[in-house]
Amino acid sequence: MFSGFPLFPEQASTLALGVDGLYFFLVLVTAFFFVAISAALLFFSVKYRRRSPHEWPAEIHGSLMLELAWSIVPFLICVVIFAWGAILFFSMNRPPDNAIEVSVVGKRWMWKLQHMTGQREINELHIPVGRAVKLTLTSEDVIHSFFVPAFRVKKDAVPGRYNVMWFQATKPGRYHLFCAEYCGTQHSRMIGEIIAMEPADFQTWIQGGPAPESPVAAGQKLFAELNCITCHRADSQGRGPVLDGLAGSTVKLLGGGTAVADDTYLRESILVPAAKIVDGYQPIMPTYQGQVSEEGVLHLLAYIQSLKGQAGAAGAAGGNK
Amino acid sequence: MSNAHSSALRHHFANLDQQKDSSVLGMWTFIVQEILFFGGLFLVYTIYRHEYFDVFEACSHHLDWKLGAANTVVLIFSSLTMAMGVHAAALGQKKATAAWLVLTIVLGSIFLGVKVVEYTEKFEHHLVPGPHFLPPEEAAHELKIQPSQTGQAQLYFSLYFAMTGLHAIHMIIGIPIILYLAWRSWHGAYTPAYHTPVELTGLYWHFVDIVWIFLFPLLYLIGHH
Amino acid sequence: MSAVVAAREPQLPKEHYLNADYGVRSWLFTIDHKRIALLYLASVTFMFFLGGMYAAAIRLELVTPPGDMFSSETYNKLFTGHGVLMVFFFLIPTIPGVLGNFLIPLMIGAKDLAFPRINLLSWYCYMAGAGFVLYALVEGGLDTGWTFYTPYSTSFSNTNVILAGVGIFFAGFSSILTGLNFIVTIHKMRAPGLTWFRLPLFVWAHYATSLIQILGTPVIAVTILLVALERGFHFGFFDPARGGDPILFQHLFWFYSHPAVYIMILPAMGVISELVACFSRKKIFGYGFVAGSSLAIAVLGFLVWAHHMFVSGLSVYASLIFSAISFLVAIPSAIKVFNWTATLYRGSVSWQTPMLYAVGFIGLFVIGGLTGLFLAALGLDVHVTDTYFIVAHFHYVMVGSVVMAYMGGLHFWWPKITGRHYPEWWARVSAVIIFVGFNLTFFPQFILGYLGMPRRYHYYPDEFQVLNVMSSAGASILAVGYMIPMVYFAWSMRYGRIATANPWPATGLEWQTASPPPTENFAVTPTVDEEVYDYTRPPKEPTFV
Repeated sequence: MFSGFPLFPEQASTLALGVDGLYFFLVLVTAFFFVAISAALLFFSVKYRRRSPHEWPAEIHGSLMLELAWSIVPFLICVVIFAWGAILFFSMNRPPDNAIEVSVVGKRWMWKLQHMTGQREINELHIPVGRAVKLTLTSEDVIHSFFVPAFRVKKDAVPGRYNVMWFQATKPGRYHLFCAEYCGTQHSRMIGEIIAMEPADFQTWIQGGPAPESPVAAGQKLFAELNCITCHRADSQGRGPVLDGLAGSTVKLLGGGTAVADDTYLRESILVPAAKIVDGYQPIMPTYQGQVSEEGVLHLLAYIQSLKGQAGAAGAAGGNK
Repeated sequence: MSNAHSSALRHHFANLDQQKDSSVLGMWTFIVQEILFFGGLFLVYTIYRHEYFDVFEACSHHLDWKLGAANTVVLIFSSLTMAMGVHAAALGQKKATAAWLVLTIVLGSIFLGVKVVEYTEKFEHHLVPGPHFLPPEEAAHELKIQPSQTGQAQLYFSLYFAMTGLHAIHMIIGIPIILYLAWRSWHGAYTPAYHTPVELTGLYWHFVDIVWIFLFPLLYLIGHH
Repeated sequence: MSAVVAAREPQLPKEHYLNADYGVRSWLFTIDHKRIALLYLASVTFMFFLGGMYAAAIRLELVTPPGDMFSSETYNKLFTGHGVLMVFFFLIPTIPGVLGNFLIPLMIGAKDLAFPRINLLSWYCYMAGAGFVLYALVEGGLDTGWTFYTPYSTSFSNTNVILAGVGIFFAGFSSILTGLNFIVTIHKMRAPGLTWFRLPLFVWAHYATSLIQILGTPVIAVTILLVALERGFHFGFFDPARGGDPILFQHLFWFYSHPAVYIMILPAMGVISELVACFSRKKIFGYGFVAGSSLAIAVLGFLVWAHHMFVSGLSVYASLIFSAISFLVAIPSAIKVFNWTATLYRGSVSWQTPMLYAVGFIGLFVIGGLTGLFLAALGLDVHVTDTYFIVAHFHYVMVGSVVMAYMGGLHFWWPKITGRHYPEWWARVSAVIIFVGFNLTFFPQFILGYLGMPRRYHYYPDEFQVLNVMSSAGASILAVGYMIPMVYFAWSMRYGRIATANPWPATGLEWQTASPPPTENFAVTPTVDEEVYDYTRPPKEPTFV
């Protein structure tokens, strides 16, 4: 029953090993300097202890060589740590292309998650072991932070923005999910579990239950319900820009300048269309602020992203109507 | 150190020069912190203006640039009268100093009066940010923006009120101080050797004017008119 | 021998700043920097114990995993109250307000600070701020955390954000006025012969601190003002619904609040330099480097703020730059530590209480500083930020280091302030208790943090309990350690052994006048003709008494 006293967190993601390596290196550096400096202090204070109140030791002038040495050596150690930390950070910020995508909405005080296949979960996330999982995070109210200690990853969910994080579980198990950014009364209850499963088990899980509507399908439906198709036609004759292949591309804006059509740009274009007008179009699109929920926006984004390179997809959406 | 000035010399200074140097350095240090204080606001302004330039331009057209320009002239003149006041104080002309200072107050009050007129107009047109701000459709019509940009228009007016309001508060603090100086000067408190309070208040007043010199184009003159 | 000592039993001077005048008015309207320092001493001590009571309640709640003592609302108000009181009303004002106020004029041979009335005004600003904040905490509380992150603070919290904001605004103004006073005083009021490189490092450290107070504090003031406008008048600055950016608040907040850490630690480092020099009887090794490193820390401190935001969605390249500059802060910090250590070499080291605190400071600061590297390293920060790791880290720096230095300084200058000695034995005992209690409280939190326990958690998973119990046990030892000095300091004011003008003995002009000093500090205006920290011979007899 003394399992309740761990000193080190479980390593359960591909990133954990790298983070722990740097951690142990730093623990060693810290221990070394702490011991060295403490030993020097103790040794000097014993060896040069005051033996009589009338001791007035000769002055030692500073030493430029020493000053340089103890500036440059820490500097070099810092360069190593900086580079190591930066490399880890880069890998944390580059989700692999084949990652499973999950959208996450933080809301006081719960996590709402949805798989691209449509399954919704609250405060629980089922993932397969050995596959990268990419999360797109946002918030409905205040800032939250999605923290999985066993995976050594954390990212804030900020209202009005999309942040991305990813991880790849290495062994099956149930892992803590914490909200790490203070969000009000029940902050410490905004917790959940990441359930990492063997790929086969995950397949069973995801196929169990009634077939849910995928975000792409939901987005397509919403796209039709909101009559977006009236202006955003598949051909270039519409009053609004063509959406096919838009996601991820660079668009030219009215009055010069460009913007990358990432999630944040697309979201803004839906909620505050006038903020950035694509060159060659009139600012006629009405706002959908208040008409589409955060999840609805995520669905629309999923749908727009699914239009990559499938000519006529938008038209098909119209056909569904 | 002559005894004639010892009434102005505070006990902990060695002489009047040290006292004056200290006061001047103190005032400059104070102005440095003021710059950082306004600096925070200018930073917020810069970021949102960059982000939402079109809205800022449209909203800026709603301000009356003629009133703003007139106020700029008024403030520049008040800086001139303040400088004349400091000059007169340095020459030991008590009454002239008082007169220049009073004139500065008059100009400052004119500026604030115009500001009141402008603020009233904003209240009447529901351009004060918050729940009473124009609803999107009306805002679009009034400010010539898109309805969806109403929130960003609120950002603009939030900055307008915060920046001009803080500036106005600095003037409101300055006026009674100048009034006190005018009264003291009339009663002969300042001499060519000791008129540091007038000089320092002059520094403060010029600083407040310079803030406005930045605020006017940033808020009133965005884009073409 | 004893007969000789008896013959030369020190006497308190007939007239000094403490008995120059009597009555409440003589204190509340004093413009004597020494009396104002004591006003600060009383008020920051009160705030420290109040903040400590909040801490005690937090540690008590965290003994068990479920939140079974307080409601979550109450718990959130507890850690917010603890943070606001300790940061804005204890850590930032204490060393400058108490020791800086008392000592800077004495150390530079001036009769007072350049602007004595502004000095008093600064204390009143502090008190006004404290009044607002205490009222906010008592009447309904505050639950935003001391960081006031938007949009929680502007749109969601139901507590007294504006009231507390006004309080912090006032406290900030107090801090600005103190910094302004120090800058002008150090520039213009130095005694003849006291060149910049003859200044004690305590003065250098306060100069660097004052620069931060002048350049940083106004930014937090205007930021709080914007939060208040947004909350009170529904203006929009950080509101995502109107296109505002909540992250912008964090940039503005940390632009001040990171340098604020250096407002706390730089004066502490200044104190340590004085203590190490006096109790090793050595000029601080590499004096110029130690002085310069204070300025370097002050400057670099302004360029690292976004290292608090590596998981907020800051761009990777911005993160790289802020991480790199954060590492640079380690260099001047390391320079200081190495130079202090080297000062002991071939010195004449005496382990009296202030030296115990100084050595304790160095040890804790080494841990606090080096764990900062964990947080500056991007890939590692992602895991440990917003956990108990960072709680432990900043307590090592802000409590372990700053409070150790403050206590050390208070003991060192206590004979100068009161004219009497504290009881040495009790002081050593409590110094050891504080050191042990502190480490037991906060070291387990490093482990907790790496395990993944987030900060500001009311409920926590069962497996974290053992470490939390250790931490709470340590906190109770720490509390005892802080209580003992309260008692013996109070006792010594009346019954302590009377001190000479220069009891340790130490260099520095403050020891060249009577203990306690007269209201005007020096009977004759001092002149300086010797180098700083000249411990190669006994310091000359107090000459400006």
